[in-house]
Amino acid sequence: MLERFTVQTRRTVVRAAFALSMAAAIGISGTVVAQEATPLPYTPGNDLGALSGTIVADGSSTVGPMTEAVAEEFAIMLGDEGGGDVQVEVSISGTGGGFERFCAGETDLQNASRAISEKELAACGEAGVSYFEFEVAYDGMAVVVNPSNDFVECLTVEQLNLMWRAEDPATNWNQIDSSFPDAPIVLYGPGTDSGTFDYFTAAINGEEGVSTTNYSPSEDDNQLVQGVAGDANALGYFGLAYYENNADALKLVAIDGGNGCVAPSPETVGDGTYTPLSRPLFVYVNAESLTRPEMQEFMRFYLANASFLSADVGYVSSPASVYLEDQIRLEAAIAGTASPDGPAEG
Amino acid sequence: MTAGVPPAPVEGLTSTPNLKRRQSIAAIGRWIFILATAFAIVALGALAWYIISRGWGALSWGLLTNPPSRRPERAGLNLAIYGTLWIISLTVLIAFPMGVAAAIYLEEYAPKNRWTRMLQINISNLAGVPSVVYGLLGLGIFVEWLSLGRVVLAGALTMALLSLPVIIISTQEALKAVPWSLRESAYGVGATRWQVTASHVLPAAFPAILTGAILAVSRAIGETAPLLVAGAAGFVTRRPDSFDDSYTTIPIQLYNWMARPQKEFLDLAAAGIIVLMGLLVLMNSFAIILRQHYSKKTRW
Repeated sequence: MLERFTVQTRRTVVRAAFALSMAAAIGISGTVVAQEATPLPYTPGNDLGALSGTIVADGSSTVGPMTEAVAEEFAIMLGDEGGGDVQVEVSISGTGGGFERFCAGETDLQNASRAISEKELAACGEAGVSYFEFEVAYDGMAVVVNPSNDFVECLTVEQLNLMWRAEDPATNWNQIDSSFPDAPIVLYGPGTDSGTFDYFTAAINGEEGVSTTNYSPSEDDNQLVQGVAGDANALGYFGLAYYENNADALKLVAIDGGNGCVAPSPETVGDGTYTPLSRPLFVYVNAESLTRPEMQEFMRFYLANASFLSADVGYVSSPASVYLEDQIRLEAAIAGTASPDGPAEG
Repeated sequence: MTAGVPPAPVEGLTSTPNLKRRQSIAAIGRWIFILATAFAIVALGALAWYIISRGWGALSWGLLTNPPSRRPERAGLNLAIYGTLWIISLTVLIAFPMGVAAAIYLEEYAPKNRWTRMLQINISNLAGVPSVVYGLLGLGIFVEWLSLGRVVLAGALTMALLSLPVIIISTQEALKAVPWSLRESAYGVGATRWQVTASHVLPAAFPAILTGAILAVSRAIGETAPLLVAGAAGFVTRRPDSFDDSYTTIPIQLYNWMARPQKEFLDLAAAGIIVLMGLLVLMNSFAIILRQHYSKKTRW
């Protein structure tokens, strides 16, 4: 079936999509278009049977499973097409660890659960690595307490900040709210190499990486689940998927970001009402790698399937307009008509 | 008289308080040792029971034949098993000859002076270095300095480094256990040092050398940390076909599964541990069979 899509038809499809997203951007019945539109189906621009090479991905443990799911389907698709000589390897060094490799030019693709930081930007510039950024899904961060905790239903950002701030954090529940009992707060959270940590600290403490050190960190979210599930005074945060798979052992806390209490769910994360603990997930692609046919096809496949695969691995699909815009930028990047999103020269 | 029961005090001699004390100390000692053994066995049994009860249901043929997948029911260890077999075979090919040769030099050839004593101490210390340090060494030397990249060869060289000290030490012990009279009789009829070593000492020590080497390699199979650092990927879509392919191994695949939110992946990881244990038992049985086979030939 893939033979039917020629390069010619691909261009028309992309043009149509461009028109759609332009309409959305200009605002003429923009929301309607965005909701009804779906990402474009995958249409290859290279001979799939002739693809070979290795695609190296590293980075976030949150986005990793997403890229692995795409790689899995990509390999199956290539196998069906008589190709399958492409190796996709995905490592999990955390968003920070991954950017170190990405900005040294060691990886083709960087999984990131936050946007690139100033420091990383500079490193990329120094090494002459330019890149494109694509949003691939949305993820909510769940704040959870032990199921035996019967006093916490909803917390404001200020209350979270009180517990998690670096200087003089609250250590007793009655410091958070005088109606809360006199009991110590036991905190669990991701380690400092994690993008979840970076995003949470930025959203709650106002500055990325600034956090109390008086908490039990783990890079393994399942350990955080066990920690909170086993301690009546505990509070922790991690990706929503880990709450959903352990809902019987945890109690979800609604978050008041200024507009009332909202509990995270695929709906509230997707429509943006769960703030400020919803975040976009990104992949960064080395611009030079995009000149390789196997990389071009992998990214085309990624953006065409990210919407349905994101739900498969426990995340929320970004709006279709985001994928359409991603797809259009990808085609421009492959054609060489788009300038990279980040450090061109220094 | 039953073994283990202290002899009754000889009649006519009054039993001294001292004797009672010594006997009760002996009894306490005996129970301490029994408890220590029981503790180890119970802990091991509890671990095995937990893993087997958790993973048994997830064991399937597909676990061995399927590539990794985001769907637990379709996910398997196939690519990781190939990765582990590649790493282990290459590790054996590199570390075994090198380790045995080094041990022969140290034991049969090297003069016993301050320099070789220092070498000896260093090798013993190396055997105790945490494995992740070897990972960093591998990353620094093989992956980056020699620019091998994050490939099978770099991983195998790292694992070879990790296994070398253990192989050298166990081979030395095996060589030391060969009686001096054997060497002396060979020298006595005019054999050269090489002839003595190759046709007398080595064959006699071979079973013990094999046992030590296979134990060292068995340990390497289960190692996660060094390969995680030295460049095994957490996920691959193709199995390695040559020594310059990227790869993943069984422990790393399990590590990856254990970090997943879905409970099914935790069960799958437990099943994977059973597979890994099976592989280890298989290798150890192989070691025992080899040892039996060779030790039948040695008679003195």
